[in-house]
Amino acid sequence: MKKIIVLGALSAIAEATCRPLATQGAHLALFGRNESRLRAVADDVAARGGRADIFVRDLADAGDADAALADAARVLGGADVVVLFYGVLGEQAKAEADPVHARAIIDVNFTSAALWMLAGARLLEAQPAGAERPALVAVSSVAGDRGRRSNFVYGAAKGGLSILMQGLAHRSANAGIRAVAVKLGFVDTPMTAGIKKGGPLWATPAQAGAAIVKAMESGGAIVYAPWFWRWIMLAVRATPEVVFNKVNL
Amino acid sequence: MQAHRETPVSWGRVLRAPHDVLRPSFRDQLPAALAASGGSAVPYGLGRSYGDSCLNPNGALIAMRNLDRFIAFDGNTGVLRAEGGVSLAEVLELTVPAGWFLPTTSGTRFVTLGGAVANDVHGKNHHQAGSFCRHVRRIGLVRSDSGAMDLAAGDALFDATAGGLGLTGLIAWVEIHLAPIRSAWLTQETIPFSGLDGFFELAESSLNGWEFTVAWVDCTARGRKLGRGIFSRANWSEQGGLEVHARRPRWAVPVEAPSFALNPLSLAAFNALYQWQGERRAGLARAHYSSVFYPLDAISHWNRLYGARGFYQYQSVVPLDAGREATRAMLDIIARSGQGSFLAVLKTLGPLASPGIISFPQAGVTLALDFANRGQATLDLLARLDAIVLDAGGRLYPAKDGRMTAALFQAGYPRWRAFAAQVDPVLSSAFWRRVSA
Repeated sequence: MKKIIVLGALSAIAEATCRPLATQGAHLALFGRNESRLRAVADDVAARGGRADIFVRDLADAGDADAALADAARVLGGADVVVLFYGVLGEQAKAEADPVHARAIIDVNFTSAALWMLAGARLLEAQPAGAERPALVAVSSVAGDRGRRSNFVYGAAKGGLSILMQGLAHRSANAGIRAVAVKLGFVDTPMTAGIKKGGPLWATPAQAGAAIVKAMESGGAIVYAPWFWRWIMLAVRATPEVVFNKVNL
Repeated sequence: MQAHRETPVSWGRVLRAPHDVLRPSFRDQLPAALAASGGSAVPYGLGRSYGDSCLNPNGALIAMRNLDRFIAFDGNTGVLRAEGGVSLAEVLELTVPAGWFLPTTSGTRFVTLGGAVANDVHGKNHHQAGSFCRHVRRIGLVRSDSGAMDLAAGDALFDATAGGLGLTGLIAWVEIHLAPIRSAWLTQETIPFSGLDGFFELAESSLNGWEFTVAWVDCTARGRKLGRGIFSRANWSEQGGLEVHARRPRWAVPVEAPSFALNPLSLAAFNALYQWQGERRAGLARAHYSSVFYPLDAISHWNRLYGARGFYQYQSVVPLDAGREATRAMLDIIARSGQGSFLAVLKTLGPLASPGIISFPQAGVTLALDFANRGQATLDLLARLDAIVLDAGGRLYPAKDGRMTAALFQAGYPRWRAFAAQVDPVLSSAFWRRVSA
């Protein structure tokens, strides 16, 4: 039975990840801001055959991350995975004009996320070694692969988070913990409610969730989900600037 | 809560109009969704209603599908409580491995629990189980005027909500009593019949020994062959595992079919082939529940076969004493029109009363068919069928309807005014405005 700390359990992708884990009988520590909603997610986990405890807090504040994670690990009786889901898309134009909005995007998506992941690494490494390597997983975005005019503040924050996860993975390459950044493309969630949807590039939360569950088990430090984004982003990164500057992305 | 302008469609795809779509994700957001609707909203689940009962052109639409959590499931008693946006498919994925099945089910598993309640759906076991809402213990409703309510069977508002087309409030959650099964498999018998009399004999003689019955009729057959078809009856098997249905449909219709694909010739050919196939397969066989209850779910987007203009479905129920002649008269008109459909379904409904004030199911014989939308010609044909239904004391199924008149609705649902008194002041639909005028 897996013991998993879920940071940002109220996101649609977090819920879609928790469902297959619950079916496997996992014990989850659900972190989020809204108690009644966390309760709704915990009830769903229990109905599917898992267990869940809830931890009400604002994750944008990572001041006592070590204590909060230790508390959750105590309730679970140890932790196999710490997985981070929360994020905020923000508005690019507003972020360019308003430093308060820009800071919020950077603080939520990078600063606090990085601090939680560093605290997660300390927590998992302090535990006695078990049969399986514990995993640290952060949900990131393909937007972090190349700065684009449509959302580069968000992209910069997610790109920073991906680099941090890659660095954690490199540091403990052959022993200790695994660290993974799961770079998602377009996913049909409330976060993307304002964007026109449809077409082959859009994934469902369930598809994203399945990829994240897989990343908890095995794979490299950078996972693209769905898989085709690896090749799309390879092309995006390789596009010469003269061409790229003519494209409205 | 912010609305987004979209053009949702119902399963028949005839009506295409912009809506302000609100997508609440949690139960505590439902009052805000009602408040943000600008005074007129319709709840929408998986869009499997065929006509305009789930649409509210130029008004708001509250998409309930994101409320898809289970709340509690007791594997010992088979009592399940879940949010209104959970689909029947998701219910089965949870409960079949534990040996529980829906007490009765619509012909597709891609409807939400809220939709199953709002249309008080019925299934092939209606003669033994009655309609869906007979098995609903409690409903969590959120209204614009009285907030969150917990309704029990027998409450006036419960009886309005059962079959109430989602108009009495947002269905936040539903608690149902599931039925125990020993395996996910059934023993199914296929029996061809050569005419309507044959159908009624089989339906009568299967009432006691068979839990599930339904028939397909060849709606292109005329004269001596009028009303020929394939009768199918089934019982749960004691043998076999508790395998859940395949999660992905086997086939898909990727694009809309061109309008010429569906013509009297192709219809007659399909129907003849289906009859021949049924005759070849006559006899007993073992079948998984997915093929007994949900054969069309294997083909995703089958509604695209009817082309860009969409289609109407027409489902009537007529009391048994007048039912034989009314069915014969309807099939005769349809066969002569050359407009019939691939699959015409005929079934007798039993005497178990539906709880809803305007629930569709009642004792009698129900006939359901599709008609490609050919504009006025199709509407004229359906109006001729209306006359037969009205004359026989029958009624039409609102979930399937996109054009019935107020007169036909009000004649078929004599308690509609009592229902109207329970409608939430913020909720409405194109269907409701038409039939309550």
